[in-house]
Amino acid sequence: MSGYFKDIITGLKSLAVGLQITNKEFLTKPITLLYPHESVKMYPRYRGHIELIKDPETGMNRCICCGMCEKGCPSGSITVKSEKRPGVKGKVLTAYILNFTTCSLCGQCVENCKPEAIRFSNEYNLASTRREDYIFNLLEKLHPEGIPEPEVDPELLKKELEKEEAAKKAAAAKKEAAAKQEAVKKEPAKEGGESKAEEKS
Amino acid sequence: MSSLAQSQLRETFELNIGPQHPATHGVLRIKVVMDGEYIDRAEPILGYIHRMHEKMGENRTWNQFWPNMGRLDYLSAMAYNHCYAGLMERAAGIEVPERAEYIRVITAELNRIQSHLLGFGAYIMDLGGFTPLMYAMDEREQILDLLESVTGSRLTYCYFRFGGVYNDIDDDFITGTRAFLKRFRPQIPMYHKLVTGNAILMDRLIGVGPISADMCRKYGATGPVLRGSGVNYDIRRNEPYSVYPELDFDIPVYKECDSMARYMVRMDEMVQSCRIIENALNKLPEGPVMAEKVPKALKPPKGDYHYAVEAARGTFSMRTVSDGTNTSYRMRLRSPTYSNVSLFEEASRGMLLSDALAFLGSLDPVIPEMDR
Repeated sequence: MSGYFKDIITGLKSLAVGLQITNKEFLTKPITLLYPHESVKMYPRYRGHIELIKDPETGMNRCICCGMCEKGCPSGSITVKSEKRPGVKGKVLTAYILNFTTCSLCGQCVENCKPEAIRFSNEYNLASTRREDYIFNLLEKLHPEGIPEPEVDPELLKKELEKEEAAKKAAAAKKEAAAKQEAVKKEPAKEGGESKAEEKS
Repeated sequence: MSSLAQSQLRETFELNIGPQHPATHGVLRIKVVMDGEYIDRAEPILGYIHRMHEKMGENRTWNQFWPNMGRLDYLSAMAYNHCYAGLMERAAGIEVPERAEYIRVITAELNRIQSHLLGFGAYIMDLGGFTPLMYAMDEREQILDLLESVTGSRLTYCYFRFGGVYNDIDDDFITGTRAFLKRFRPQIPMYHKLVTGNAILMDRLIGVGPISADMCRKYGATGPVLRGSGVNYDIRRNEPYSVYPELDFDIPVYKECDSMARYMVRMDEMVQSCRIIENALNKLPEGPVMAEKVPKALKPPKGDYHYAVEAARGTFSMRTVSDGTNTSYRMRLRSPTYSNVSLFEEASRGMLLSDALAFLGSLDPVIPEMDR
């Protein structure tokens, strides 16, 4: 019987000690935020989805369309679409598609990027009920007012046109030479064919 | 009535706990054969969140396997990062700068405290006490903020790299960590006062779920489960890695073998982790955080490599066979929870159902890591 009362006394004691600690919390300030009205400050290193960086000098992206981000991505979330435009050095980025539904924010793309054209954004308020909303075209996100055309370098354009023409000429010359050679080849081929037919018979 | 049924004096029934049950900490299903209130046989059924992590390791390049390391044990992802980094550095022979190793230890230990805090809070919630979880979450939030400021993510870190860490820590992080330690140290005696001394908790934990050291050895249980059974075994001491040999800390060991002992090991480990972090911050050297000349496409020489770390739940080890190409030939992940939970079947025989849940919580399982 004494054990029973002892249990009650120790139990009540531990309850009192616990409640003392809990009651102290009435006097402290709340540590939570009222979320929609206040929001958490994001750290500069926070990893949101990736985004293209605008070059302050040209106002364009720095992507050289090498596709290293695409290759390095473990989940194959990135698709880089590019094309060659006359008079523009290198390739031109036409679409940078990120499938954020499969992205795991590991940072392989950012690390692989040599011209430092992509970085992590600070965007964390992403909520939608449709899957398509998470397939971003980062180029459109960079230029929401419309994708600007890359500047055409007239000298480069001239050079390219010259090159093209030279290439055309060279191709034509090659064709002619090839035709000539074929004509020469055809004759011995005929002879060879005849001789083979003879052997068979 | 057949003679067989007549001779069966004990009537048993089957009960499924989970796969969706808050007490199983995830999608673990336990098929229990009950004899009244007592457990006749309990069989944990795994595989509800199996994601083929080992196979993924064999299909991806070494670098592409990084994000997987944050998704095994999402509560102590940093230790898993550490293991993979250590494994590949051993394989490819990369020298890691000392500062990077110190940063790794600091972040991994912060992560361990965070994991034990959630383990503590969730465990008490399993037993029916809700308030301590809120206290634990408050402290945990401080750690998550600190780690977010340096790694960029809150839970599934992908921070370590072969040969170092992704980016350096700044003064804000160091002062923030010191401030956190100062704030956190007095909290632990408060937890003991609030929770450990409570009569209800003592009744529910002391003597519940005894696991002998032999049983731990038989099933390969590690971590707080093994140390709560009186075996002084910790990879940080027994097979030292990184800069742990230079740091000053103790390994808490309890000989009681019950749930209370395992709970106490976790509480004491948090104190020791604080010591490690403070020690490491004091010794933190200057210098680079990435080794020079780490190839982008890593191709370790042919061979069989192994590396083990002490994660929050026990020994996590990785073994890989490299055939000299940029992917692994075979990747093997040994996760601690798998071994820890596998002794549940033997240990829970004849236990009260409510005691069994208190026992399962004391193993602190993380299911995604168990299924892998």
